[in-house]
Amino acid sequence: MAKYLLLKHYRGGPVQHPNAVAPMDDWTPEEISEHIAFMGAVADELRERGEFVDAQALAFEGEFVRYGGEGAAPVTDGPFAETKDVIAGWMIIDVDSKERAHEAAARLSSAPGKDGRPLHEWIEVRPFLSHAPVVE
Amino acid sequence: MFDDHLLRDLTPQVLGVLVRRGADFAAAEHPVQDALVEAVRRWDGDAPDDPKGWLVTVAWRRFLDARRSASARALREVAVRRERSPGPAGQADDTLLLLSRCCHPSLTPASAVALTLRAVGGLTTAQIARAFLVPESTMAQRISRAKRTLAGERFERPGDVRAVLRVLYLMFDQGFAGERRPGDADLAAEAIRLGRQLVASVPGDPEAAGLLALMLLHHARREARTDAAGELVPLALQDRSRWDTAMIAEGVAVLQGALVRDRLGEYQIQAAIAALHDDAACAAETDWPQILEWYDELAAISPDHPVVALNRAVAVGHVDGPLAGLRLVEALDPTLPRRDAVAAYLHERAGNTAEAARRYTAASKTAASAAELRHLLRQAARLNRAR
Repeated sequence: MAKYLLLKHYRGGPVQHPNAVAPMDDWTPEEISEHIAFMGAVADELRERGEFVDAQALAFEGEFVRYGGEGAAPVTDGPFAETKDVIAGWMIIDVDSKERAHEAAARLSSAPGKDGRPLHEWIEVRPFLSHAPVVE
Repeated sequence: MFDDHLLRDLTPQVLGVLVRRGADFAAAEHPVQDALVEAVRRWDGDAPDDPKGWLVTVAWRRFLDARRSASARALREVAVRRERSPGPAGQADDTLLLLSRCCHPSLTPASAVALTLRAVGGLTTAQIARAFLVPESTMAQRISRAKRTLAGERFERPGDVRAVLRVLYLMFDQGFAGERRPGDADLAAEAIRLGRQLVASVPGDPEAAGLLALMLLHHARREARTDAAGELVPLALQDRSRWDTAMIAEGVAVLQGALVRDRLGEYQIQAAIAALHDDAACAAETDWPQILEWYDELAAISPDHPVVALNRAVAVGHVDGPLAGLRLVEALDPTLPRRDAVAAYLHERAGNTAEAARRYTAASKTAASAAELRHLLRQAARLNRAR
């Protein structure tokens, strides 16, 4: 088994499929509800398969923060205008293979969007660093 | 006075008897748990003369009671069908029966490991979930799916020992290398415990003994494998005084018992290689020519296994010189994990410091573990400073 982080982005990543271009505030409230219900259903499928680890959604805006030096306040930057990549949330799964991780990501990406059509949005798939193998 | 090891060792055997008598796997688990609870209460510190027989009797009675009331509820009008006559208790191969059921090839490896830990190892779902760093509900679901996959299949004869070996090996790997927090179950020790039980029930199988030897010979080095800061220490730099010599001696004895049967297999060969490393008082005394001979055997039985070819290249590098090893490495698939790390190691031995540093950096990009990543970056940094 290996853990994978499935990252959903608000912005960033490769060029989007036409179905994923319209921003969410152009959808109808029902379309938004259906999209969220689909995400919940996919999480339930993963729970039922014994593959679910965690899922969290993030606020759209946040700031960058760094150490400002001895005795100084933390330095902040942002929030940023349209150019930066923004992570919307993540799901962590524990699956038997990379192929299975890709299958789960593709399932998430098929969530309905505007006009109920599958979004085809990009999901970033990142393997966790795990443990070193036993046999040298 | 009895300890909980006795109950833990007897649990799979009792479960095995019920399964052999025809109980459904999932349905047998509760009566066995009931019998254990009853034992803790009734034995009052003193086990009966035949604790296993006692547990089997109680568990079987509970199983029949449960089945009768379930069938009475569902099919009141149908006559209770005749009970199967109970088979004798006390056969060693019940452990194998149960293990091979939990390691059935229809299960994914991860499900088989989880089910084995639950049903044979007697660990709780919460303990197993912690060991795999997943929520308890996820692990509960994984185990119950595995049971559903097996439901309805009858296993009166043990299945494939090979499948059991593979699952125990994966369990050991997870427990040995994974990070363990205080209070966590020790999956490596559990795999060794189950390995001993398996060897006892199939004493004539040299690969079962080979796997047990392999696990012991690696487990013996466990303390030396990480430093005080928790960082990975490569074999060549380990403090060999921290190796467990008693465990090495046991592993070697088990391996010798297997090798005399003259039916070689991959676990025996890997154990032989581990034994040769364990036998060297320092890294410089490692008997590389003999290790290379074992790798040749391994390559002969797994000719298309790229990891075997990569590890063999390290041995060739020590026996015939780093350039000979490098020629083999460069012929392997460039996407093979650890290929750059092995190339870097051999380049450094050949004196190509700059190329070694470059390859260590490249290897760090595809490292599979955090400890390995840090180790490779440190190697690259060390060589970059030396230039």
